[in-house]
Amino acid sequence: MATKKSNTIKLKFDSARNLSPAPESKSAAKINPQYDLFINGRFEKPLSKKYFATINPANEEKLSEVAEAGNADVNKAVNAARSAYDKTWKKMPGKERAKYIYRIARMIQERAREFAVIETLDGGKPIRESRDFDVPTAANHFFYYAGWADKLEYAFPNRMTQPLGVAGQIIPWNFPLLMAAWKIAPALATGNTVVLKPAETTPLTALKLAEIIQEADLPPGVVNIITGAGATGAAIVNHPDINKIAFTGSTDVGKIIQRAIAGTAKKATLELGGKAANIIFDDAPLDQAVEGVINGIFFNQGHVCCAGSRLYVQESVFKEVVRKLKDRMETLIVGDPLDKNTDIGAINSRQQLNTINDYIKIGQKEGAEMFQSSGNLPRKGFFCKPTIFTNVAQSNRIAQEEIFGPVLAIQSFRTDDEVIEKANNTPFGLSAGVWTDKGSKIFNMTTKLRAGVVWANTFNKFDPTSPFGGYKESGYGREGGLHGLGAYVELV
Amino acid sequence: MAITEKRLEVLKTYKIYIGGQFPRTESGRYYVATNNKSEKLANVCLGSRKDFRDAVVAARGAFGGWSGRAAFNRGQILYRIAEMLEGRKAQFIDELMKQDANRAQAEKEVNLAIDRLIYYSGWCDKFQQISSAVNPVASSHFNFSSPEPMGVVAAIAPQNDSLIGLVSLIAPLIAGGNTCIVLASNAKPLCAVTFAEVLNSSDLPGGVVNILTGKVAELAPFFADHMDVNATVYCEPDAEIQKMIREKSSLNVKRVVLYDKVKWLTDAAQSPYFINDFQEIKTTWHPIENIGGAKAGY
Repeated sequence: MATKKSNTIKLKFDSARNLSPAPESKSAAKINPQYDLFINGRFEKPLSKKYFATINPANEEKLSEVAEAGNADVNKAVNAARSAYDKTWKKMPGKERAKYIYRIARMIQERAREFAVIETLDGGKPIRESRDFDVPTAANHFFYYAGWADKLEYAFPNRMTQPLGVAGQIIPWNFPLLMAAWKIAPALATGNTVVLKPAETTPLTALKLAEIIQEADLPPGVVNIITGAGATGAAIVNHPDINKIAFTGSTDVGKIIQRAIAGTAKKATLELGGKAANIIFDDAPLDQAVEGVINGIFFNQGHVCCAGSRLYVQESVFKEVVRKLKDRMETLIVGDPLDKNTDIGAINSRQQLNTINDYIKIGQKEGAEMFQSSGNLPRKGFFCKPTIFTNVAQSNRIAQEEIFGPVLAIQSFRTDDEVIEKANNTPFGLSAGVWTDKGSKIFNMTTKLRAGVVWANTFNKFDPTSPFGGYKESGYGREGGLHGLGAYVELV
Repeated sequence: MAITEKRLEVLKTYKIYIGGQFPRTESGRYYVATNNKSEKLANVCLGSRKDFRDAVVAARGAFGGWSGRAAFNRGQILYRIAEMLEGRKAQFIDELMKQDANRAQAEKEVNLAIDRLIYYSGWCDKFQQISSAVNPVASSHFNFSSPEPMGVVAAIAPQNDSLIGLVSLIAPLIAGGNTCIVLASNAKPLCAVTFAEVLNSSDLPGGVVNILTGKVAELAPFFADHMDVNATVYCEPDAEIQKMIREKSSLNVKRVVLYDKVKWLTDAAQSPYFINDFQEIKTTWHPIENIGGAKAGY
């Protein structure tokens, strides 16, 4: 059999991967050997007397140890938040609240480099991302909501707003500082006080934020930051004096929270999992689309709830797109997160790496065809090669379940109706992507896709002014923009 | 003898309303609706879980078409419902009076129901403008957020205020493009069934509104745990049922709305915020091309 002739030159990527190391200096970050709980404006030893280690997932070395808040600590934090709410925060004029929040934004900007290095050390994300995305966006979020604090009467026509009280906020490990900003900024702007728990694998930037909050002279108890794992989160959810739960995390835990607060007056916003469809039509600018797909699934190692983890490619360009995708994957540098050339950093924890590897095995067992880039992984630390699967069926687990890693399931389609049906055929509904040159097709798709955020000819874009949140089992409520205020107010 | 001159009244069979049809409950069960004096008013369908599931299928099937209609068209259909109700005012007043209202109360409730439909008819193509935003993002993108209907809503109507409560619940749901299954007041079901007849003659597509009669305690769990329902509404202050609905709704992260403090006969029971309660906000992004040199000018 004659081999098929290809006009495509086999691309060589060796030189692309062999850049000289360009590490960011760790000296920019001051990390204490031990952190206590930030309650009522002070760092306090945990009543539980327990501490746990937080490690650098890129080399498995211990960075610091942080306090584990037990029930009594949670109670203390909630009491501090309640008393701050009653005595100071709810009475403070909006314009004064605003100035505190502006101050926090400014201080994050001043210490941006330190935040970026710590974020990367503790979470494993590439320094380029923490430096250029996480930290500036977090600062901007505070800056944006600060301005709302004295303008709330303009936000909801014919209604005044009232704060809810004490907000219990539980955030994930994928964007630790940014998620803290998404939670704290609108809560403070609307006059609520806060008990925030960062994820157990990434507590350090939230504790740095606590230092800033202290330095900013925010009245004691307005923001309390306590560390711990699931049990601490459950204690916050179940505390009787909490008025509002804001949770970002898995759909499974979100459902548990919704159930747990069923018999109470607590309000909730849930930002849960996703399995976003990224759809490429044959008239799309393919190189841009491929960049978008790469960004959609490999940004932050795929630890993104709105990651474009399902790719649908129109049949006539399927082969070309997959080839371009593979070529592009070969240029991705997986390695030291502190290196400024790194594209894909460390997987956040051993547990998450195991989950991802399990799904990679499941995908192969289900009969899908796997491709991984050929570069080597560092010997130490938790790393995963960028991975794509073709020959995927809609019913395959890798096409249905959230993997939360750099793993993409690719399918083809022929017609618009077919891809709309396939894209919507999931319990999730957080985000979606569409790539086409045709404006009318974009608007047809963006209105029919049942998802809270739809990116057309772009992907994974975020902004403080832009509401974010899901349909269906991806949760309810919005964060960001004018609509994000609704999560923290009662309309009267 | 006068007996020969008295005309025998034709009694109405009160049936449920699913997918634009008036079937009897598949269960073959019934209950007797009575007035305060325990006098029998009618045999009413005692709806079952299967009826509810059939109604969800009908509502899901109708959702694409209804939510895809022009908002203006939805407004016209709501207006048409009001017109039909106006034309059958006497029948509704009569039924409300059978269910223990005095004439003044009954007239007030029917008039208010008509006016409320007109009110929401007008919102159909306006609430989006109130709750949308073009978001000034810092990057070179055009970004906007606007409401979209949640989907299929399972609603348990208020037990008192059997007409105005029902209408006040349904109008904002369908004005916003949702489809729904509504369980009518158990004690006062007559107007609900008759209102279904009004809907059926108003160009409202079958399946957009489905009305069941039956027991709240029996059916509420199914309203809350059906996996193809997007939101549940409950209007009574019963804390046990509220808790059960919220618990079961977590199975598929249903949105739960509790209207236990709404005074349906007042103006406070109508606003675009009732529409917003069943809307999702969708945010759409698209890049803006920036080519150097070409500057806008006048």
